[in-house]
Amino acid sequence: MDFFVQELVNGVTTGALYALVALGFSMVYGVLKLLNFAHGDLYMVGAFVGYFVIQWFGGPSALTIPVPLLLVIMFVLAAGLGGGLGVAIERFAYRPLRDAPRIAPLITAIGISFFLENAALLLFGGQTRVYNTPDFISLSSGISIGPVTIDDVQIMVIVLGAALMVGLQLLVNRTRLGRQMRAVAGDREAAEMLGISVNFTIAATFFLGSALAGVAGVMAGLMFNQVTNVIGFLVGLKAFTAAVVGGIGSIPGAMLGGLLIGVAESFITGYLSSTYTNLVVFGILIAVMLLRPSGLLGRAQLQKV
Amino acid sequence: MTVDPQPVEPDPAGPRVGADEWVARQMHRREQLPGWLGEAQRLVGRVGWWPRLAIAALVAAALPALGLGGFQLQVGINALLLALLALGLNVTVGWAGLLDLGYVAFFGFGAYGFALLSSGQLGAAGIHLPAYLSLPIVMVGAAILGLLVGLPSRRLIGDYLAIVTLFFGEAFLEFTTNVAPGTLGGANGIVGIDPIQAFGHQLTSNAGYFYLLLVLLVVTMAALKLLDSSRTGRAWRAVREDPLAAAAMTIPVNRVKLMAFAFGAVIAALAGTVFAAQQISVFPPDFNTAYLILIYAGLILGGAGSISGAVLGGLVVVITLDGFLRSPTEAGYIFYGLILVALLVKLRPWLKLGIVLAVTIGLGFAAHAIAGAISPSAIAGGPQSGGWIASAVRDWVIVPASPKTAGNIGFVVLVCLLIAVVQARGRWRTVLLVPAIYLAACVWEARLAAEPSITRQILIGVILIVMMNSRPQGLLGSRRVEVVT
Repeated sequence: MDFFVQELVNGVTTGALYALVALGFSMVYGVLKLLNFAHGDLYMVGAFVGYFVIQWFGGPSALTIPVPLLLVIMFVLAAGLGGGLGVAIERFAYRPLRDAPRIAPLITAIGISFFLENAALLLFGGQTRVYNTPDFISLSSGISIGPVTIDDVQIMVIVLGAALMVGLQLLVNRTRLGRQMRAVAGDREAAEMLGISVNFTIAATFFLGSALAGVAGVMAGLMFNQVTNVIGFLVGLKAFTAAVVGGIGSIPGAMLGGLLIGVAESFITGYLSSTYTNLVVFGILIAVMLLRPSGLLGRAQLQKV
Repeated sequence: MTVDPQPVEPDPAGPRVGADEWVARQMHRREQLPGWLGEAQRLVGRVGWWPRLAIAALVAAALPALGLGGFQLQVGINALLLALLALGLNVTVGWAGLLDLGYVAFFGFGAYGFALLSSGQLGAAGIHLPAYLSLPIVMVGAAILGLLVGLPSRRLIGDYLAIVTLFFGEAFLEFTTNVAPGTLGGANGIVGIDPIQAFGHQLTSNAGYFYLLLVLLVVTMAALKLLDSSRTGRAWRAVREDPLAAAAMTIPVNRVKLMAFAFGAVIAALAGTVFAAQQISVFPPDFNTAYLILIYAGLILGGAGSISGAVLGGLVVVITLDGFLRSPTEAGYIFYGLILVALLVKLRPWLKLGIVLAVTIGLGFAAHAIAGAISPSAIAGGPQSGGWIASAVRDWVIVPASPKTAGNIGFVVLVCLLIAVVQARGRWRTVLLVPAIYLAACVWEARLAAEPSITRQILIGVILIVMMNSRPQGLLGSRRVEVVT
């Protein structure tokens, strides 16, 4: 039972991470109907930004500024750079293809993902970078309930993840920008006729989604401690699965999907073997796609003629 | 789609049915090159497809006899393999319009299937089937697998299909890496695969595999050419353009989609068997996403939907990019050659081209002299290229003593500058082009030429992005006329 609860906690933490990345996928899909394959690579960029911030302030064992301030700088910079990169990608690669056949932006997205991955390889090299989180955040402190421990990083990931998701939900449902986003997602042309700046709304959506991916990258660096140029691909696929399982285009769906995938993964690793984790996750995705393509919370789309 | 060899005679009464007929005619006229180039184009267009194919095949067959060495022959084999794969992908993506991101798994299925049937892997003594048995078995297996993977295409369209197939490809990788390591070899792959053998003969030399691939490619091209103009080919294109209208025209949409998947899978598996036999070993990473993207780059470069486009794109991509791996000097030839060709094609009139080139060269020497005057270490590093290119650009490009950091910064700036060039309009584009070319040369000499394998991957990504944005029909494909509704 203890093992079960511990695995559940680990799963929820990873799930929060996947959910953050999945949110970006889902938002972009909502407004553009585009699967942004490059999204996972923005997560990778965020992780690298966090790493370089730590190095900039003296390295993990000899920090020159207090840890909370460091974390804030890491998250803000990763969000800003990730978001900016996302907006740039949208502006230069996707916008010219907005009215092209559906296959064209998809192939472009694959190209961008490949480009980012290898540009990172060129700039940062292929070696694994290590955050060395235990040097500045004690992993033994935190909450222990009986034999189950939740360390500080996990608490931070869960709390920050939950806060961001609630904030995003409020933004989409309560603010002017959120209303514009929903309008563009519903019908781009009609939204434009009602005086909504479609370009700005899409750019804002890209910024928000990509910033979340950047934040998730820093979280991953703190949690898993390892950063390479290829971490984006697999996490991108998992987040993808999460978004689809929850119902792509739906924000609560992306959160639910992320948590489900994280917990499922954690249980498979804990009770079966880590060998089959990815295979089972991919199996879940294919099954969901075949049985309920609209996902758990998504609405089935009617095809208009 | 292939270019219609006979230009449509303009109707003196003007367009009749609406705007799209007029658009089509304008497009057609624009596709024709002006002057004697256009004459040559029409002349080539008048020759039938099979004499052209035969001539191309004869030229290719003569290449090994002209003394291609080991490296060139291996590049030739890689190129033919990719051309064959691009052909198969063309059926699924180009004709039927089904975005299949798990395509490389069929290639892997063919390779693993052949490896299991023709090695000591299965059983105590192993199975050593001759090629005339193993090839059909593998291909039939691939067709069935293609049908199974294609089944979701009955319900899912567009992106959803892309996801499912992408995950199928990833699952194949995970499967071969992790499941049944005793049989599939796990990460160590399968080694010691028999060469292709039949009737007591064995194909062991690289030249032999070159000819085998060439024959397979030509046969596949001819078969697809016939298929293209058949009922099935027309049905594929109809389904791609509008499945609903196709269904209304009594085309069995689902069956046609499944056929496209199966055809693509069979061609990929065929390429896989030859790959396994030629490499003598198969490993899971041979069939990863990077290779899938390479196949897509070939198909997109040549033009999805065109047979000759897919083949030429595959050949060009491999020959160009594998050239990078040979030596920095050869990579330099390709790099500067590509820039020159791009400028020649894109910059008109000649005067403008001349001015841009002259200013770029002048700017380089001036920048080199100024940088050297400020700090000698800024130009202390030598260019990465060798041969006469190195001596030609030594006093032109700025390569600092520690080229890595400067090259990295230069690379980021270059990407921004290139984006600016694309976004700028009119005169500003030409103005920005000059520093962009010069910076590209500097970054090339400082950093990119030293990392040929990374540069190769970056270029594959760039090919996909640039082609999709600037010329989605590829180099050879004809522009699809969108009907305005």
